[in-house]
Amino acid sequence: MAAAMPLALVVLLLLGPGGPALAEPPRDSLREELVITPLPSGDVAATFQFRTRWDSELQRKGDTDHYFLRYAVLPREVVCTENLTPWKKLLPCSSKAGLSVLLKADRLFHTSYHSQAVHIRPVCRNTRCTSISWELRQTLSVVFDAFITGQGKKDWSLFRMFSRTLTEPCPLASESRVYVDITNYSQDNETLEVNPPPTTTYQDVILGTRRTYAVYDLLDRAMINNSRNLNLQLKWKKPPENEAPLVPFLHAQRYVSGYGLQKGELSTLLYNTHPYRAFPVLLLDSVPWYLRLYVHTLTITSKGKENKPSYIHYQPAQDRLQPHLLEMLIQLPANSVTKVSIQFERALLKWTEYTPDPNHGFYVSPSVLSALVPSMVAAKPVDWEESPLFNTLFPVSDGSSYFVRLYTEPLLVNLPTPDFSMPYNVICLTCTVVAVCYGSFYNLLTRTFHIEEPSTGGLAKRLANLIRRARGVPPL
Amino acid sequence: MRPGARVPGTGSAGGRGFPGLAGASRGLSCPSWRREKAPGPPRPAMGLLSDPVRRRALARLVLRLNAPLCVLSYVAGIAWFLALAFPPLTQRTYMSENAMGSTMVEEQFVGGDRARSFARDFAAHRRKSGALPVAWLERTMRSVGLEVYTQSFSRKLPFPDETHERYMVSGTNVYGILRAPRAASTESLVFTVPCGSDSTNSQAVGLLLALAAHFRGQIYWAKDIIFLVTEHDLLGTEAWLEAYHDVNVTGMQSSPLQGRAGAIQAAVALELSSDVVTSLDVAVEGLNGQLPNLDLLNLFQTFCQKGGLLCTLQGKLQPQDWTSLDGPLQGLQTLLLMVLQQASGRPHGPHGLFLRYRVEALTLRGINSFRQYKYDLVAVGKALEGMFRKLNHLLERLHQSFFLYLLPALSRFVSIGLYMPATGFLLLVLGLKALELWMQLHEAGVGLDAGGRPGPSAPLPPAQGVGLASLVAPLLVSQAMGLALYVLPVLGQHVATQHFPVGEAEAVVLTLLAIYVAGLALPHNTHRVVSTQTPDRGWMALKLVALIYLALQLGCIALTNFSLGFLLAATMVPAATLTEPHGPRPLYAALLVLTSPAATLLGSLFLWRELQEAPLSIAEGWQLFLAALAQGVLEHYTYGALLFPLLALGLYPCWLLFWNVLFWK
Repeated sequence: MAAAMPLALVVLLLLGPGGPALAEPPRDSLREELVITPLPSGDVAATFQFRTRWDSELQRKGDTDHYFLRYAVLPREVVCTENLTPWKKLLPCSSKAGLSVLLKADRLFHTSYHSQAVHIRPVCRNTRCTSISWELRQTLSVVFDAFITGQGKKDWSLFRMFSRTLTEPCPLASESRVYVDITNYSQDNETLEVNPPPTTTYQDVILGTRRTYAVYDLLDRAMINNSRNLNLQLKWKKPPENEAPLVPFLHAQRYVSGYGLQKGELSTLLYNTHPYRAFPVLLLDSVPWYLRLYVHTLTITSKGKENKPSYIHYQPAQDRLQPHLLEMLIQLPANSVTKVSIQFERALLKWTEYTPDPNHGFYVSPSVLSALVPSMVAAKPVDWEESPLFNTLFPVSDGSSYFVRLYTEPLLVNLPTPDFSMPYNVICLTCTVVAVCYGSFYNLLTRTFHIEEPSTGGLAKRLANLIRRARGVPPL
Repeated sequence: MRPGARVPGTGSAGGRGFPGLAGASRGLSCPSWRREKAPGPPRPAMGLLSDPVRRRALARLVLRLNAPLCVLSYVAGIAWFLALAFPPLTQRTYMSENAMGSTMVEEQFVGGDRARSFARDFAAHRRKSGALPVAWLERTMRSVGLEVYTQSFSRKLPFPDETHERYMVSGTNVYGILRAPRAASTESLVFTVPCGSDSTNSQAVGLLLALAAHFRGQIYWAKDIIFLVTEHDLLGTEAWLEAYHDVNVTGMQSSPLQGRAGAIQAAVALELSSDVVTSLDVAVEGLNGQLPNLDLLNLFQTFCQKGGLLCTLQGKLQPQDWTSLDGPLQGLQTLLLMVLQQASGRPHGPHGLFLRYRVEALTLRGINSFRQYKYDLVAVGKALEGMFRKLNHLLERLHQSFFLYLLPALSRFVSIGLYMPATGFLLLVLGLKALELWMQLHEAGVGLDAGGRPGPSAPLPPAQGVGLASLVAPLLVSQAMGLALYVLPVLGQHVATQHFPVGEAEAVVLTLLAIYVAGLALPHNTHRVVSTQTPDRGWMALKLVALIYLALQLGCIALTNFSLGFLLAATMVPAATLTEPHGPRPLYAALLVLTSPAATLLGSLFLWRELQEAPLSIAEGWQLFLAALAQGVLEHYTYGALLFPLLALGLYPCWLLFWNVLFWK
């Protein structure tokens, strides 16, 4: 499954147009939208997107210097309200008006999935790219769980999800829309009812399938004025059966195999569930140095046969300086599972290098998969500026495939851990052992032995010797 | 370090060889006032061993007092062990893990009816299909909101298992994962229910499903929870664990797992076959005597007390009064039961297999006896809910408390520092005896210079006099017997079934016994092979080697599995020490046979049933003994239990050496 990566701080400084650029975009423009996708399981996914653009003449080099590209992950961190508050402050309307009213922490963190992102990039203002604008794009996705939040009910409303309703658009926004996915799940026409009924619908190819969205434009005065607020309600006309959810074409799973504290194996399973199309995947792995990878054990098998990657880039780790970096381009055959595995040995850290909770284990960051996944329905290239923002989450390059970046789950690996209460005991014990052993060995090695007859008349002789010593005469 | 006359010789040789070095070093080591009277009396403290006079005195002491010292040491060892159940040596258990100690948990599980209806449905479907109702389980788990996967496995046992009536085993495990909200599936807990052919465990499955439904509605989970129902009880668990960790230890064939949930932090197994229980029994002993961290047991005990549940250990009630004699005596029985269980090295429940993967685990068994007061599933469910909620709080793996302990009661334990001296004393007997033999051997070589004038003039280097060559044959032959005992029964079962009217399992057990007994006939064959020099020296050398071998083995065993080490030491040490070709040979032979590993197993079975207050008759005991032999071999092949190879390749050959000594001519 495409697992959630809790917090990926990926700052991408990308060059070039994010698409065919407009001649003269408005200054400081804000577009905001909310996409609500009811899932057949009864859960509902909500994705917020806010895009702010402003013109600024920040210095920029002519070309992207690859030496300045950085990739960093904090696999241990989990997103919490601490991350949400500063994130909200970046929004032009903060959480006072518009869609951001719905961003209430106690509801957003009452969900089964939560993902938050900030992207910043320069965008060309004209086709010749003589001047640029900066784009700040903030996205937040949550999945509300029917079992937890919905108490088992599969009907949802904005109020039920966010305990808020929409009252007004953000005055700064040039576009403020709510999209509801009303794609038919079965053959008969309508399975989902949305209230109030939408005025317009929008059709597009998302993730390779054709989808229909009901569109609610908050800038349309009629939308809100009717009842002073907008509370979207979703009702399943015919409750969908409990069936396994549709499996995406590309998904991955990662785990540590083996047991014991010496060796182990990192395994990544890449699933291509497409019935007839093979496609390549770029796999990026960054493994901390304290897992010493045995690169010769790298094996890639699909369908029981060895799968030779067409490109491998490996940068070995340096102790305490840099992690291993392994990048591979692997062709995934149609309808197959590809297993990428590499063995490692767990290093012994210095005792001050352990984290405060060493028995929790050490995190290994997720693998990153980037792929152009073939789509079932041919999509026509769209105008980026005209289409909704969510369209660019999975950008389509040529219509026959769409781009996906997946993060596998982070791993927790136990390293051999000393008992930290032991150093004192160890010091005492080794000192004693060394002292005793060294002393007696030294003694045995340096002394000459000769047998002495048992002395007779011990006490008298000693007394006599004492007297002799006092007199200054050599003893008996 | 050799006593007597030899060391002075070498010592002076060394001194002669490097006079400068010795002199210089001595100059460094001794202050000047000391050097002036250098050839003075030997220094009192450090020179105990380097001083030949004192060493001779010590040697004489050891020789003269050897027998009383041995007896004293043995008695001290046994007495120490028996004293383990008494308060100065047992301590109260206490929770060491902060994450589980101070946090309050309120149990809210009320799904007793739901659990019962799940259990009824499960039992009905199981009766209908005759195997684990996989489809029903999948459907039900999915309906309570879990992510459900199945795993099929198959295993051909080395020979038919007559106790469980299985040979070609194939089955399916079903497991559902409750994903912790907003977490990245790095850690998980396991709740497992084994479903075997003999134990249906329907109520446990019902409770598992009801708990899963309840857990699914909560938002506080930080770790994923895996609800696992295994078929063919422990075989299924082993298959699942191997697949989860992507290893193959036992030759199990299984399909790879589709869903995983990170590193498993702890596991709880439940066995429950009635709607009401009178008590909950907890099992801790795992494969090869491994034990879970004591904190897990403390956790269980906490919730027993909180919920007012009656909890037992080894099926024994907990003594309340530790000040009088009754409490500790009852504790001693529990302790002995635990020692026997642990020594057997077999997993005492499905939890035992988790321990290999460093997953702390225990098994809870619901017991329904004739007691008046009964608890329903809600009470059990609440205890489990509480345990899982506290395990959910864990920041690190359970590591704070003890991993090596003995339990005289649920609330009392003996730590490793306190029980180890018992084995230490027993092994000391072997050491003392070996020392005595070594000295006797030496003096036999030197001849009659009993305290006369030892020194550099010792005529014969004793090491050659021992005649190590004469030991090679008995050592090799006994090891070969051990190897045959390990390999032949399973390898030759088909040959045996063709020529004798027995089944495979019977054939294995009978071959095992036959080879074992054939080993006893061995000395009469080997002693002619052995080139004899002086007869006394031959057996003494052999016995010396055997004693050291035994001491080393028992020492190593006691470090990893104290119970097994102690049990073997307590039985084998006296016979091993006494055995010699002179004196009352039939008596020695009887003693040696009675304390051989197989006899120890038989005796342990009787003791075990006696302690469980279900004494065995001789015939039953014999049947149980045969079954235990077959189980021991099977468990080695199916789960990787090490008792069988240990006995066959290690202790049995060693014991044969003593048998060899006894019949030395």
